[in-house]
Amino acid sequence: MMSKTILTAKNISKQYRLGLVGTGTLGHDLNRWWHRVRGKDDPYLKIGAENDRSKKAESDYVWALRDINFDVQEGEVLGIIGKNGAGKSTLLKILSRVTMPTTGSIKTKGRIASLLEVGTGFHPELTGRENIYLNGAILGMTKSEIKAKEDEIIDFSGCAMYVDTPVKRYSSGMRVRLAFAVAAHLEPDILVVDEVLAVGDAEFQKKAIGKMKDISGTGGRTVLFVSHNMAAVKSLCTRGVVLENGTSVFEGTAEESVDYYLSSSKKERFKKLKDREDRTGGNIFKFTDIQINSENKKELKNLLSGEKYYFKIGFTSKKDIKKVAFRLRFIDSNQNIRFLCNNFFQDDFFDIKHTMNDYIILEIPNFPLPIGEYNIQLSCFYENGILDDIEQAFEFTVVGGDFYSTGREQISKEGVLIDYKFSRYDS
Amino acid sequence: MSKEPSTVAEQQDWLYEISPHKPLLDFNFKEIWRYRDLLILFVKRDIVTVYKQTILGPLWFLIQPLFTSVIFTLIFNNVANVSTGSVPNFLFNLAGISAWGYFKQCLTGSSGTFTKNANIFGKVYFPRVIMPLSITISNLVKFGIQLSIFVGFYVFYVSSGASVSPNSNLLLFPVYVLMMALSGLGLGMIISAFTTKYRDLTQLLTFAVQLLMYLSAVPFPMSKVKNDLPEYYWAFKYNPLAQIIEGFRYMTMDVGLFSWLSFGYALGFSVVVFLVGLVIFNRTEKSFIDTV
Repeated sequence: MMSKTILTAKNISKQYRLGLVGTGTLGHDLNRWWHRVRGKDDPYLKIGAENDRSKKAESDYVWALRDINFDVQEGEVLGIIGKNGAGKSTLLKILSRVTMPTTGSIKTKGRIASLLEVGTGFHPELTGRENIYLNGAILGMTKSEIKAKEDEIIDFSGCAMYVDTPVKRYSSGMRVRLAFAVAAHLEPDILVVDEVLAVGDAEFQKKAIGKMKDISGTGGRTVLFVSHNMAAVKSLCTRGVVLENGTSVFEGTAEESVDYYLSSSKKERFKKLKDREDRTGGNIFKFTDIQINSENKKELKNLLSGEKYYFKIGFTSKKDIKKVAFRLRFIDSNQNIRFLCNNFFQDDFFDIKHTMNDYIILEIPNFPLPIGEYNIQLSCFYENGILDDIEQAFEFTVVGGDFYSTGREQISKEGVLIDYKFSRYDS
Repeated sequence: MSKEPSTVAEQQDWLYEISPHKPLLDFNFKEIWRYRDLLILFVKRDIVTVYKQTILGPLWFLIQPLFTSVIFTLIFNNVANVSTGSVPNFLFNLAGISAWGYFKQCLTGSSGTFTKNANIFGKVYFPRVIMPLSITISNLVKFGIQLSIFVGFYVFYVSSGASVSPNSNLLLFPVYVLMMALSGLGLGMIISAFTTKYRDLTQLLTFAVQLLMYLSAVPFPMSKVKNDLPEYYWAFKYNPLAQIIEGFRYMTMDVGLFSWLSFGYALGFSVVVFLVGLVIFNRTEKSFIDTV
């Protein structure tokens, strides 16, 4: 055995009840109790739907997690990724002992400290310093441990001036920084972190990511990390687990897991373009398909800014048509056009032959859109006007990225990202 | 063959296990001890923050029992003519109210443990029992402050000629305080466990405590009930809280009824209630966050 297993999870499942707690639940409780008294299994464990929120509930119970298994080695940084509602937070709650699994067990050799939220238990009337002690103790530190790190914590938070002022007078940013500073100085054997990096301003985020790297890198600490920030998962984690509808669908290196996650949701809303009625034109020439491919030919629906992507557009044509222009408008969720690509501008037209199935490819080397939801309006023109035009032909999400290769997540969601260079003026 | 022992050894290595199955009595005292600093900080927080941004500050701890005693003296002793024997009316009421106040604070404080702290409990783990324990201890501090005012009035009345003195039972003082704490904490933990899913008990609690105060003979001596209401005397006699309040007055002011049997009964009750509360609380803490 190369490395030591520090935590092992076996068959973790968690069942939740849907709907309200009221008089109706009392009947189920009594029935469950009656089964237990007679030494039988919980009758409601046999039922329960898969956690797919889009479907209408058929049962009163739902499995938020189903048979999750994994081992964590000492010193490993495990990233847990998945869409909203995939069961990440439930898993973290079980790991941090906030709730227990319905079935299965987790065994651990180290103390677990969890950061599901920063600033848990902050009391607005207490001063910053008092809250450092209170919050630290809630997170599992002893008084002497906190005392030893007090100066370091205050320094890290950048709130030295306000440390003897009640926290209720703090700005929300200061509160978060103080809270993260306490959390960052925790020294458990296993640290469970949930999305806490998504707080604070850019400068503080950089500091926080740096600190996380310290903890996992030089500190050799075991970390379980849940995040939507794919760039952070890629750079921090050594291994990844992808959750989907409460089950674990992929396990591998951090890179592989992120790739899997980005491509996994592609099928969901993929409508065949050729079957769509809501189009202008489409008589002679018809779009049949559009997909976004990564450099290694993977179909994607979740993109990262700064990466190279290929937009593959399929069409059929009943005639030979000369001088055809394709236009892709990239539109954000507020219906603003962020940018467009049109070969008409570049005076570089296609001549199309009568075809049942053909493709053109649009290559974008440094994908410029920041985090957000987008759709593409797909149009095609020739000398006599519109050949085909479909609004919202394709929907995709930019989930993160590292456009400037700095390791920093882009905060701005405005406009587009472009290459530029600042330099000193030398006369 | 060689693999067997190693897996056994590995199993023993586990620090702890998170699983749905749990023995009835499973208290990790070592863990609670490790969190003792948190307990102290919670106590400090409870005491310090209650009267922050008030002018009178901790004086409020004294004003409540004082005013209640004044009202009780006016209503029960002056209007309703309840006799408290040789003991000054006001002192009699102050003793009862201070003792009852401690029990009540422990009960109502710990009964909201799960519902009030769902926010913290939902985010981080620490032994949940720290919360009601801290409430009991911070209330003990408040009780101590209130006792000092009781002692102050005691000295005042004695020096102005009232014939009132404690008896040898005063040695049992710590036991009485413990009984108040245990019964309040125990009942509170039971209620807190039941209110996680069904909130009915919260509705009941507010007026139940009010009624229970009269049933515990706080504003009048037990002997009064025995004489004036003999057919209902059993309700007071078998109420362990009435025995505690009466016993508290007996040891401090040498008035009222006392028997070792009723003392033992009250002590037994508070210990049993505390243990039952602890077991129920312990069973609830694991997954209450799903239903709270």
